Amino acid sequence: MSGIRMKIDGKEVQAAEGMTVLEAARSAGISIPTLCHHEQLAPFGGCRLCIVEAEAQGRTSIVASCVFQAQDDLIIDTRSDKIDRIRKTILELLLAHAPQSPQLLELAEDYGADKYKFEQEASFCIHCGLCVRYCTEVKQLNAIGFIDRGIRKEIAFLPEIAAKECNDCKECFPLCPTSYLQAAFVLVESLAFPKPKLSDSHQ
Amino acid sequence: MTRINSPDELEALRNRIVSERNPDTPCITVCAGTGCLASGARDVVAAFNHEIEAQGLQVGLSFRSTGCHGFCEKGPIVVIDPEEICYLQVTADDVPEIIEKTIMGNEIIERLLYVDRNTGEKAVHESDIPFYKYQKRMVFGANRRIDPKSFEDYLAIGGCRALTKSLFEMTPDEVISEVKEANLRGRGGGGFPAGKKWEIARKAPGDSKYVIVNCDEGDPGAYMDRSLMEGNPYGVLEGLTIGAFAIGANEGYVYIRQEYPLALENLTAAIEDSEKRGFLGKDILGSGFDFQVKVHRGAGAFVCGEETALIISLEGEVGEPKPRPPYPAVKGLWGKPTNINNVETWANIPLIINGGAAAFAAIGTEGSKGTKIFSLVGKIANTGLVEVPMGISLRDVIYKIGGGIPGGKAFRAVQTGGPSGGCIPEERLDLEVDFDELTKAGSMMGSGGMIVMDEETCMVDVARYFIDFLTDESCGKCVPCREGLRQMHRILTNITEGKGKESDIEILEELAETAQEASLCALGKTAPNPFLSTFRYFKSEYEAHINEGRCPALSCKRLVSYYIEPEKCKACLICLKECPAGAIDGAKKTIHIIDQEKCDACGICFEVCPSRFEAVMRISGAPVPPPIPEEQRTVIRKSKRQ
Repeated sequence: MSGIRMKIDGKEVQAAEGMTVLEAARSAGISIPTLCHHEQLAPFGGCRLCIVEAEAQGRTSIVASCVFQAQDDLIIDTRSDKIDRIRKTILELLLAHAPQSPQLLELAEDYGADKYKFEQEASFCIHCGLCVRYCTEVKQLNAIGFIDRGIRKEIAFLPEIAAKECNDCKECFPLCPTSYLQAAFVLVESLAFPKPKLSDSHQ
Repeated sequence: MTRINSPDELEALRNRIVSERNPDTPCITVCAGTGCLASGARDVVAAFNHEIEAQGLQVGLSFRSTGCHGFCEKGPIVVIDPEEICYLQVTADDVPEIIEKTIMGNEIIERLLYVDRNTGEKAVHESDIPFYKYQKRMVFGANRRIDPKSFEDYLAIGGCRALTKSLFEMTPDEVISEVKEANLRGRGGGGFPAGKKWEIARKAPGDSKYVIVNCDEGDPGAYMDRSLMEGNPYGVLEGLTIGAFAIGANEGYVYIRQEYPLALENLTAAIEDSEKRGFLGKDILGSGFDFQVKVHRGAGAFVCGEETALIISLEGEVGEPKPRPPYPAVKGLWGKPTNINNVETWANIPLIINGGAAAFAAIGTEGSKGTKIFSLVGKIANTGLVEVPMGISLRDVIYKIGGGIPGGKAFRAVQTGGPSGGCIPEERLDLEVDFDELTKAGSMMGSGGMIVMDEETCMVDVARYFIDFLTDESCGKCVPCREGLRQMHRILTNITEGKGKESDIEILEELAETAQEASLCALGKTAPNPFLSTFRYFKSEYEAHINEGRCPALSCKRLVSYYIEPEKCKACLICLKECPAGAIDGAKKTIHIIDQEKCDACGICFEVCPSRFEAVMRISGAPVPPPIPEEQRTVIRKSKRQ
């Protein structure tokens, strides 16, 4: 492993050229929470749970470790008070969507997040984009995508593609941190491609 | 139209154009910017054309319709050179009189002149009008002197000199160091030094590079980039071409809002014309430098003004920001080094090259050089576009140039920097306007929006309004912005509806910190500013809403009740007839009362009650007095003699 030397939570860490801070930390056994990160996918930087404090040339800033490149003499703090406080707020915002998600509940315990801090939202989706990006980048099927923008943004299956591809794949289901994805698929399936008889689908 | 192949040919053409123009010949200029067009400039232009032709005045009189002059409040504007006689709010009916009296008879038409609303004094010349007098119109001033579709006009005022100087007398590095020394900071919002950005893009490895004009101006109430692009597209293209030469780019894009049809039309015409004349395309002016410009129309997403989102949108993908680094200067459009600046930044380049960095840097403050164009809107007497030197005080902009607050109302705050800027109160009005001072005051320069608010503006509601705008325009990619703004908006709405809780402030502060520190792009990082700045300066208004259910500005609908004072009501029936909710009970000679159950708090009764009565009052934070007993409702009119 060649030359990047940096410090994460007081520990000397070596990283290879091109590694992100997240990869460097994980290779050294230091855990940083993530929701939208997946090793097979290009970094997204959407959930912001992986933020860390990074000090370089005497200046400290908050960066998303999943996209920030490792570099020499970087000093990283993954659990400062500020980082913990912001992660707690991020989790509380997400729990307003998916208060039953085991992954979120486990993190909520670590960070003392209150799952009922905010009014509950109708949709479970937390927009991590894992399903969309996995379908596009790994499967290259584009059966699911994002529609609309901002708070109206949601995931949607393209019925024409989904009808052909999804039944045999469903590899995105286990990626979803909430149960929303599967529900969305079942809905599309039942609306767009109704089964002739209910009993058929149970055979 | 012949192609121009050398600086000598250009100068010969310029000399011919200038020699054919007699500076003493009267020239009528009509502002046909978007503001004036909306107030009827098209008819004025048509009337002048008709009158000139009908009277056979084509010789010995020139006529020009131009881009925006800035004084939109008083449009349509007509200026007659060489004396600079300025007529305001001109209609087509005034045109024959202008021709007859002012052009033929050298006579001033008094009623079309500017009248100072405080002193009653009239101003004949444009430069005597306070709105113009305190400005420094280095960039925007050209608008008034050229027809945006006339390359001849642009040459006549010295256009393309900076381009030939750059291409033939300077190296790319010299151009960059000139821009660096001028310390021109990006006018689009970030305020990053343009020269430094150019240098990074120049030094970044790569055989193809790009330059982009960001004309995706999306701030509510802001239209300086629009007006520059509409009024002086050749100036923007000249700046862009110089930048391309300095950076080493042979291709450029103008990303322009679909909603700016006139800017698009004038820009497209200028590009086509420049290509034919040899100012764009292959071997520009025989210099060997190739540069072509393409236009891309934006579909109206606010976030596409953010440079990484703009670039992705240009590539045909959904306009969502990407994490930086890598910065576009290193890895931008199609993965190549890309320099992106906004319209006003590019329009400053020819000035810097022509006049030199030192002259440019002599204007402004320590950290911010040159001028800035602001769009001055809201509760202000002189709405319009103003260009002022950096370092001018906010007070001068609002009172000397803007003419203060109309309607005898008191000043409450000025919101600068666009939706994610901040509100600045009275006690900070003497601050020197520049990038750093505005940031220190909790606001920002942004792209130059300046919205003035009077005493009837509720600052909590202002915060709610801008957070609402940003919630709507958030791309939704990252959690702190998408979810954080959703919750901030919900809490602020509750506060303005009297459902606020004491704990709300703490939650808003947490959400603000989260968005500022952890958002992916500048939209999210600056989005909490409307809350933070209003809370910083107008904390008592938040407390009044939350603790007392009172809106001090009497503006939040859910916290205001309307009540008719029985002793003032003359039973005139006006409010009763106008009330859309049918909530007012009364009759002739019967004092009117408002049924609070039915009342929508629309405020129409308050507005229509004649000022000699002023019987309708607004109440907030206190109970509405009970209606007077039926037997006391008869109005006893005093006899006329008394």
